[in-house]
Amino acid sequence: MPDVKFTVDGKQLTAPAGTFLIEACKTNGIEVPAFCYYPGISLKAACRMCVVRIEKMPKLQTACTTPVSEGMVVQTETPEIAQARKATLQLLLGNHPLDCPVCDAGGECELQDMTFKYGAAESFYAEPKHHREEQKWSPVVYYDRPRCILCYRCISMCGEGMDVFALGIQARGSSSVIAPNVPAQMSPDDLAHVDCEQCGMCIDACPVGALTSGTYRYKTRPWEMNHVSTVCTHCGDGCKTTLGVRSTSDGSEIVRGDNRDKSGINNDFLCNKGRYAFDFANNETRITQPLVRQPNGELKPVSWETAFDHVGKKLRELRDTRGGKSIGVIGSNRTTNEEAYLLQKFARTVLGTNNIDHHRTADYVSFAQSLAGNTDRTASLRDTLTASAILLVGGDPTIQAPGTAWNIRTNVRNHRGRLYVANSAEIKLRRQAKSFLHLAPFGYSALASYFAGDAAAGSEAVGDTDALTTFREAIKAEENLLILIGSELRGKDLKKLIDFGLTLPGAKFALISDYANSRGAADMGLLPDLLPGYTPLAGNTTFAEYNTPAAPGLDMIEIFEAAERGDLSALYVVGSNPVSRYGIDPASLKDTFVVVQDMFLTETAVLADVILPAANLYEKSGSVTNSYGDLQLVSKAGDRAGVRTDFEMIVRIADKMGANMRELIPFGKGTRADMGQSRGVHSGEADRHAVWLAANNMEPKLSPFDPFAILDEIQRLVPGYNLLRLQLLSGNDQHLQPAASSNGLVQIGSRRDLVLPANDTLFTSGTLGRYSTMLSDLQHNESLRPPTGLTQIQPAAD
Amino acid sequence: MSEIANTIFSPELAARFDKLVTIYPLRRSALVPMLLYAQDEVGYVSDAVIAEIAERIGLLELDVRNVLSYYSMLRTKPAGKYNVQVCTNISCMLRGGYEILDHCKHKLGIGHKETTSDGVFSLEEVECIGACCWAPAIQINYDFHDDLTPEKVDVLFQMYRDGQGKDVK
Ligand code: SF4
Ligand code: SF4
Ligand code: SF4
Ligand code: FES
Ligand code: FES
Repeated sequence: MPDVKFTVDGKQLTAPAGTFLIEACKTNGIEVPAFCYYPGISLKAACRMCVVRIEKMPKLQTACTTPVSEGMVVQTETPEIAQARKATLQLLLGNHPLDCPVCDAGGECELQDMTFKYGAAESFYAEPKHHREEQKWSPVVYYDRPRCILCYRCISMCGEGMDVFALGIQARGSSSVIAPNVPAQMSPDDLAHVDCEQCGMCIDACPVGALTSGTYRYKTRPWEMNHVSTVCTHCGDGCKTTLGVRSTSDGSEIVRGDNRDKSGINNDFLCNKGRYAFDFANNETRITQPLVRQPNGELKPVSWETAFDHVGKKLRELRDTRGGKSIGVIGSNRTTNEEAYLLQKFARTVLGTNNIDHHRTADYVSFAQSLAGNTDRTASLRDTLTASAILLVGGDPTIQAPGTAWNIRTNVRNHRGRLYVANSAEIKLRRQAKSFLHLAPFGYSALASYFAGDAAAGSEAVGDTDALTTFREAIKAEENLLILIGSELRGKDLKKLIDFGLTLPGAKFALISDYANSRGAADMGLLPDLLPGYTPLAGNTTFAEYNTPAAPGLDMIEIFEAAERGDLSALYVVGSNPVSRYGIDPASLKDTFVVVQDMFLTETAVLADVILPAANLYEKSGSVTNSYGDLQLVSKAGDRAGVRTDFEMIVRIADKMGANMRELIPFGKGTRADMGQSRGVHSGEADRHAVWLAANNMEPKLSPFDPFAILDEIQRLVPGYNLLRLQLLSGNDQHLQPAASSNGLVQIGSRRDLVLPANDTLFTSGTLGRYSTMLSDLQHNESLRPPTGLTQIQPAAD
Repeated sequence: MSEIANTIFSPELAARFDKLVTIYPLRRSALVPMLLYAQDEVGYVSDAVIAEIAERIGLLELDVRNVLSYYSMLRTKPAGKYNVQVCTNISCMLRGGYEILDHCKHKLGIGHKETTSDGVFSLEEVECIGACCWAPAIQINYDFHDDLTPEKVDVLFQMYRDGQGKDVK
């Protein structure tokens, strides 16, 4: 749209025609107060706080609903305006309690700020305040009517934003209340409740303390916390979150998860898991001492030194007597890239094995291989907000990747994005879709074949093949289509779909997986047959310095088969629970020396010979890569005495095994020739790593425990990870492209399908989620839902 | 949506509702008239009424409750057989509306929005009912009674007790 010129407070401004005055002012650093206005949701003009004087208009106008126009002359702060705003505040305060000293919002409250600014401290209203009791709508959402200023934000957030419509406004005038969708008389406990997705977006949007969160309420004050910006540990979207932390006697505790910095890939959004499910860290069953199994079978707490000694000695002995090939290593979907990379490097270079895998929740190997040789064909999570057209095949983002679903809904609502959905279940996002193709159960393979040109496969994919043709033609007519793929599509099917997409000009792809670093785990080479960056084992020069065995190792299933046969001398599990996930018979591990790094005594950990208490993603720093390939910085927020990061533990074990530490971790001041990455015949030459660092204006790392020393190596060696440091360090996301080389790839068809989707619901999050009290409460709450659900929350796709 | 299998309404009212949702450009415009007609037939807007109306129009029950709660003339609890609505708005107030209201309260032994234990009368204080010229006025169900004094109210109540009033709500 063309720009228009106008004047605000004497300043000449320009903005695209159609911009609302309030936004145009904000862009130019002029703050116009607002209660009911919230960017991206529908306009209300209900609160009258944003009134401004516009020349040639008879009365004060609401800046939130007035579009800028050519030659407009506006005043935003005059005595007249101040008086009008003050009067509005006096009305609002007529029934508002003097709660600030105890209210959660105190210090962060928009009403408080405005009252300070306009001085509406005394009131003309002599009527007694209208009190109502606070209501607990769910384990996480509480409503305190007296504090509510009836701005409607929560209602729109839940309706338009979440597509849940669980909140409404009832009664009239000063008696109005925000009402949840389960009225008291229809509830078994005679109290009003909310039957919804429990995302907490209503709480987030509330400008005052009327809506409060079950995890945070009355615990602390905003200024008593430190605020750490990091990445959510739950699903594969990797939302940016700000954790509020407070010191405790044994570390520091996370008391709040919120999204006050709206600069992340998730924009305004956090789901219930990001917002509340950080409490696993405080679970009382958490292990905080290394445990070593005694000859009598008991687990006994020992010192770190003893534990590392024992592990180092045993692993070294088993490697030397039974060979690296007899050792298996299982990595995690929730550790940092640095830890994942270090783990596979440790396995390959210290243990001497390629028997390394992780719980795969989507087929990133086929994804990378199908896209090999193409550039700019992968989408960022940010693209879901702006793409003009999106095709969603499989998956159920509402449940599996709520941030993605939020972006898609916002896109459809605010940018008129066209959404096409093909799914075997009636997923909730079909309500935003321009076209919904209801596939037959397991129809994805047939659909991919049909798209790839096999017309006969159409009738296997859907009953109504005419609809299928129309659907395909509509997609083919779209330029710059974003193709979002669920984990149902793997191997050949995934390749067929991508091949079809590659024929569409400008189409981009993304594959949805289930955990914070599912993508990073694959990118970092926690795979038996591929090195980091999907680099083939044989014949590569990039990782020549690794000197790894060239034959592919055992995958997840094969590792346990080897254990069953008695061929697995040792198993090293970092942050994973394969015994429960893959239904492993505990007896099969009886002859294997098992080391587990975890927070809890999971089904896998209880079988271990050594259990090392680990820090979680909120207690360490590093980087993670979300489903889309967006790399973000993880910062340490919480802290717990007695636990260590996986990174440190791997380093210490390697050290106890007598590994060459400078080869494993490129650290040290790069002034001497033998430091960092020089190898064998190159020794005595200039330190390649230091030279590379210097050329890139970076400092060599001083400590082997600094994950950034490994990040240096990732950046130097892993194809596709040529990241921008400043972006990362300033807390911004950056999109990375997998860069599998097209030569020497393992044939997709010959690989076994090892993908096991997590099948999490809105209120579960793998093994980790079981230790979150808030998630258990929400599951219980969900089980009390009336059988005729009042909202249309759909079950996850199969 | 309009074809409801097990309607809770009389066949006539159900047929009327079937039509009602079709005559507005937006289905939901039928909401307020439907609530009123349903209240006249059922006596109040019950949870079952809310559920069926929501289904007929294609709204969430929450939407129906939001609108319903806005209007004081729509009630969610049964009223007495005769619902006495006393106006205390300006004209009536000047001509003794509050005396009438107090008298009703005293006579019936109930307060605003309450029902006598025998279920015969219920009482409500309301805003202007459009009978200002003959203030003070009250409305019992759909019938007006105006130019009242406490004595005239006593006569009225006796009349209704004797079954001579109209029981149309
Ligand atoms: S927590 Fe529930 S009521 Fe609040 S916005 Fe989310 S879905 Fe709606
Ligand atoms: S609860 Fe909060 S967001 Fe909702 S209307 Fe009240 S003040 Fe606004
Ligand atoms: S959408 Fe995913 S990443 Fe975002 S807050 Fe929820 S679980 Fe965390
Ligand atoms: S912000 Fe403009 S009226 Fe509320
Ligand atoms: S004021 Fe009572 S009828 Fe109008």
